[in-house]
Amino acid sequence: MKLVMSEEETMLADMARGFLDSAAPVSKLREMRDAGVTHDAALWKEMADMGWAGVLVPEDAGGSDMGFAAANVIAREMGKTLAVSPFISTAVIAATALRSVSDARARDALARIASGEATYALAVDEGIKFDPDATQLEAKASGNGFTLNGKKQFVVDGANADRLLVLARTENGLTLFDIPSDRAGIERTASNMIDARDAARIEFTDVEATGDDVLGSVDQAMDVLRPALEAGQAALAAEMAGLSAGAFEMTVGYLKERKQFGVEIGRFQALQHRAAHLWCETEVTASAILNAGRMLDEDPENAGLAVSLAKAKATATAKLAVIEGVQMHGGIGMTDAYDMGFYMKRARVGAEWLGDFAYHAERVAAARGF
Amino acid sequence: MSATTTEAFRLELRDWLEANCPEEMRDGGVTEDSICWGGKDWVFTSEAQKVWLERCAAKGYTVPTWPKEYGGAGLSRDEEKIFLQEMGRINARPPLQSFGIWMLGPALLHFGTHEQKLHYLPPIARGEIRWCQGYSEPNAGSDLANVQTRGEDKGDHWLVNGQKIWTSYADKADWIFALVRTDRDAPKHKGISFLLCDMEQAGVETRPIKMISGISPFCETFFTDAVIPKDQIVGEENKGWDVAKYLLTHEREMISGGGQGLAGGRAIGAVLSDTMEEMDATLRADAMRCEIDSLAIGLTLERYKDQAEAGQGAGDASAMLKYMGTELNKQRHELMMSAGGSDALEWDGPLGNRAGDWLRTKANSIEGGTSEVMLSIVSRRVLGLPA
Repeated sequence: MKLVMSEEETMLADMARGFLDSAAPVSKLREMRDAGVTHDAALWKEMADMGWAGVLVPEDAGGSDMGFAAANVIAREMGKTLAVSPFISTAVIAATALRSVSDARARDALARIASGEATYALAVDEGIKFDPDATQLEAKASGNGFTLNGKKQFVVDGANADRLLVLARTENGLTLFDIPSDRAGIERTASNMIDARDAARIEFTDVEATGDDVLGSVDQAMDVLRPALEAGQAALAAEMAGLSAGAFEMTVGYLKERKQFGVEIGRFQALQHRAAHLWCETEVTASAILNAGRMLDEDPENAGLAVSLAKAKATATAKLAVIEGVQMHGGIGMTDAYDMGFYMKRARVGAEWLGDFAYHAERVAAARGF
Repeated sequence: MSATTTEAFRLELRDWLEANCPEEMRDGGVTEDSICWGGKDWVFTSEAQKVWLERCAAKGYTVPTWPKEYGGAGLSRDEEKIFLQEMGRINARPPLQSFGIWMLGPALLHFGTHEQKLHYLPPIARGEIRWCQGYSEPNAGSDLANVQTRGEDKGDHWLVNGQKIWTSYADKADWIFALVRTDRDAPKHKGISFLLCDMEQAGVETRPIKMISGISPFCETFFTDAVIPKDQIVGEENKGWDVAKYLLTHEREMISGGGQGLAGGRAIGAVLSDTMEEMDATLRADAMRCEIDSLAIGLTLERYKDQAEAGQGAGDASAMLKYMGTELNKQRHELMMSAGGSDALEWDGPLGNRAGDWLRTKANSIEGGTSEVMLSIVSRRVLGLPA
C-alpha cells in the first residue's frame, strides 16, 4: 500500500479542478442559493459524462470503476469550490450499497447511476445525531411485503433525489429499502439548510414496499450499509479536506494582500504561526484521507479505523480552517458578499453528516482498544 | 519489487530474525536503559545486547538502508518497510541507536567524499564510534547561524576555540561533528564549516548539565586550541551551513518520531489504562484526540517517505513533522502523568521514571529548532509569507 498519489490520480485531480473552477465555482453555489435551487441536473449530467457518477460502478454496468481513492480525489476537488452535486449520496453511498448486491435489479440501478439518470439519498437519521442503531422507522411485514411508518431527518440530497435508501427496523433487525422518492405515502419537506444545500425531512405514512425493494437481506441491512457508509464517510472527509484547502488558500492569499499599519498583515508573526499551524493540520489530514482511500480499495474489511480517523481528523481541521479563515479576514470575512461564510457553513454541515467528531473518535478509540 | 520477491524477502528475514534475535532483545526496548548507543567506552548491559548488535551489524541491519559498502544492507524503501514490520512483529529492540546513524550518516552519505564515507560510516554501523553534535552555543540557539566557535587556518589543520552547549551525550561520545566559524568576515551563514573532531585530545573538554528531569544528557563542550586536520571537513570550506541544514532535517524527523503507523505501537488509551482502570470522561476525550493525531502524524511520516521514494518532494516536511510530532509527544506525556496520578509524582516510584520522561519531553519542542522556528520555516518556505 503506497501513500502517494498515483499519476492517474494526479491527472484526475487536475482534470476535476479544471472543470470545477469553471463549471462549479463558489459563485455558482451563491447563484443557486439566491435562486432557491439545490440541485443542478445539467451539471450532474456533465459530471456523469465525465465518469464521476459511475466512479464506483463496474465497467460492465457502464461505470468507470475507478475505485474509492479516486472517488476521494473527486470529492476533495469538489470541496475546494463547494461544488453542488449528489456525488457522495449517489455515486459513492448508493453505488457502494448496490455493488454489494449481485442481482439484475441492482445492476440496472447501478447503470442508471452511472448514466446520471438516477440520483439517490440515504435516509438514516431520525434524531439530531447520526445513529443507525437507534433507527425506529418501522417496516412491518404485511402480506408479501412491508409497510413503512416513521420519520427521517437530515436526509442529505433528499428533496431532489429520485430514489431513497431507507433504513428501517424490521422484526429481527434493520433492513435497507431502495424505493422511489415519489412512492405513495412519502412526504418530503426540504430543509432550509445553512449551507444552502439539499437536505430534507421525510415522513413515511403507510408506505408500501415489496421484497424486491429490499437491498440485500431482510434484517441484515448492515451487510450492505456498512461498506456504503464507510465509503461515504471517507468521501465526505475528502470533501472537507478540499474545503479546508479552499478556505486556507483564500486566507493565505488575503494575508499577502491585505495591508494594515502600512504592511501586509502576513508579515505579523502572530498570524504567520497560526497559518503555518493550520497548514500542518491540513497536511496531516491529507495523509489520513489518502490512507482511507487505499484501505477501502485494498482491504475493505478492515477499513473502519482508517475511515473514522479520516472523518474525525477532517472534521477538526475543517473547523479550524474556517474559524481561522473568518478571523484572519476580519470584518469582511463576516459579510455575506465574501465567500468565506459559505465554507464555514458547509464545514458545519459536513461535521454532522454521517457521524460527527465524537462519533468517529469513539470508533477510533474502540478500534484501538480503549 | 514484485509480490513474489517481497514475500521471499519477508520469509528469509523472518527466519533470520527467529534464529538470531536473542529472546531478551524481544521486549521492544522502550526504556532509556535498554538503548544500545555503542562507542569506544560502551559497556553492554548484557551478553544478548552485544550478540544482537554484532549479528545485525554483520548483516548491515543496524543501518538497513545504507549501501552495503558503507556498512548497511542496501535495502529499498519497500524492503525497509518489511524490515520494520518484521522487527515489530517479534518486538525486537533496535540493535543500535546513535546520532551517527540518525544525523551524521545521512549528511555524510549526501555531502561526504567516497573516502570519508568508507572511513567514517562502517564504524558507525558497527557501533564502534559514538558521535555527538556540536551545534548550539550560548549565543546561538534559535539563531544557530550565529555560532562563534572559531577555526583558525593553520595550513594543514584548523585550530579551534570556543564553546558549544546542549551537546547531547558529549561526555560519552568519541567524536563530535561541529559547526565552526572559519571566516569571520563573511555574512554569518557563509563563514561556517562543518568539521569532524576527535574528542580524544587535550583541547576538548565536556561538562554535563543537570536538567529538570534529574539527569544530565546534555553537556557544555569547550574547545581550547583543539586541532582538526583539514581532511576532516564535510562539504566545502565556509559552506557548512548547507550541510548543517541538511542534517537538521534528519534530526527533526528523528525527534518528531511521534506518530506510529496504524499497525504498530500501543494506543495511548491502552497505555493510560495500565494505571487507571476507568478513565474519566475528560481524560478519555483527550486520549482520543491524542490517538487521532498520533495515527494521522504516523501516516504522514509514511506518506512523506513514500513520496520521497516516488521522487515527489515534500518541501519542508521535516519542519512540519518536527513541530507536530513533538507537540503531540508533550501532550501524550501530560496524559500519562494525569493517568498516573500521585504514583507518577515520585522519582523512581511505582511508575519508574514516568516523571523524568515527562519532563524530558519538554525539550522536544526546543531541541533541533523550536516549534516557533518550525512554524516560521513553514510560513516562509511553504506559505510564502513575507519575512
